[in-house]
Amino acid sequence: MTDVSAFIVQTLLYLAPGIVVTLSLVIVSILLGLLMGVPMAVGQVYGPKPLRALIGVYVWIFRGLPNLVLLFLFFFGIFPILGITDDPFVVAATVLGLRSGAYQSQIFRGAIQSIGEGQMTAARSLGMSTPQAIRHIILPQALRIALPGWSNEYPILLTDSAVCYAIGVAEILAKSYQLVSRTAEPMAIFLIAAVIYILLNYGGMRLFAQIEKKISIPGFGKGAL
Amino acid sequence: MGADKYILRVEDIHKAYGDREVLKGVSFNVRKGETKVFIGPSGTGKSTLLRCINQLTLPDQGRVFLNDEEVTNSGTRINYFRQKIGMVFQNFYLFDHLTAVRNVEVALLKVKKMDAAAAREKALEELRRVGMEDWADHYPAELSGGQAQRVSIARALAMDPDVILFDEPTSALDPELTREVLEVMKNLARQGMTMLVVTHEMSFALSVANEILFMEHGKIIERGTPAQVREDPSFERMRKFIGKFADFGEGSGKEDD
Repeated sequence: MTDVSAFIVQTLLYLAPGIVVTLSLVIVSILLGLLMGVPMAVGQVYGPKPLRALIGVYVWIFRGLPNLVLLFLFFFGIFPILGITDDPFVVAATVLGLRSGAYQSQIFRGAIQSIGEGQMTAARSLGMSTPQAIRHIILPQALRIALPGWSNEYPILLTDSAVCYAIGVAEILAKSYQLVSRTAEPMAIFLIAAVIYILLNYGGMRLFAQIEKKISIPGFGKGAL
Repeated sequence: MGADKYILRVEDIHKAYGDREVLKGVSFNVRKGETKVFIGPSGTGKSTLLRCINQLTLPDQGRVFLNDEEVTNSGTRINYFRQKIGMVFQNFYLFDHLTAVRNVEVALLKVKKMDAAAAREKALEELRRVGMEDWADHYPAELSGGQAQRVSIARALAMDPDVILFDEPTSALDPELTREVLEVMKNLARQGMTMLVVTHEMSFALSVANEILFMEHGKIIERGTPAQVREDPSFERMRKFIGKFADFGEGSGKEDD
């Protein structure tokens, strides 16, 4: 019995830095995706035609390529050629972020388009410019509507982050693999890793549910627009 | 400002959607404090006309002047003119994520750049004017249609406009709620607000308007004061149209559809 608990404790201690790396990776990339996704969505709905087309191409490429392909392309190709950095964490966060941005832009675009035209009309009739109306009237509504769909990005990025072990990011899976090769206990160790992922996922779900509750507005977003 | 000076001049407005000509040259002038009511069958361009005045719809031809300044072709200065030309919509279009008071103050803060305390004070004052001060902290979804429309009138009033455009303000309301909105509008007219009103409320038109303009097929066909319309049989089209809605009684505020 003590053997088992000692084993679990030792495994967790070994994997702990990996948990930190995984969570950092997820947080950085989800924020990068947010920073890109909202402007891209606005551009796709309100921008001039060439800009809309450009964003469309971006989304098409980054949603159309497998994660691992993008990681290899950036880690072995684009980053070395541009001489930016060879830090696998930076490459991984960039790739996951760029890819998440493509997905997030479409979540926000759908939310913006679901808002009745009257909101923009009323804002303009009061003398707001289009950018002012977007910022003060459209986005506060769209972001609320987007939140349930947007919160999917967390479990998606969390599970996707495991692939980054392939370019040498020392995240949960990479640390687990190292430990397996040392202890020859694959079942136990990968099971522990799996439980960690599930618990991280659960924590995120709870967090997003809290946020959703906190920013909710009576009667808003219940389909009665 | 001289008594015969026009606050708003609308000259020869044309608008077509593809082959369909919605407005075929509409002109009229408005003096300060006047209430002009536009009536006529659906689809004759009344709402389009209002939207052409504040350029929410761009007319193909024709010009609009507010205090002798051209509103049409004014570029980004249109945002200045729109502060001076309030608009009230059939479906209220309250900002769904903001409470009543914040609906009224948002443009004061973001467009007029008033400081928070002054904007709040002004917003509450306008809500009081439409009898909605007790509902200041309620969201649009918590208001009845009549209440929502009164808040939207307060929102327009808060900008201190020279003229307010009412685009079928009671068409989405049942008769009981219609009355409370018309009451607010009557008060505004009495207080000297300049108003253009598109409506099917004939007793409102007959009791409040300085002039009733009858539109059909994109043109003003007949126009006259309520007294003229009531008494002069030569207002044939308008009298027939009004007769479909109500008896030619006094405008008692009681409507029957």
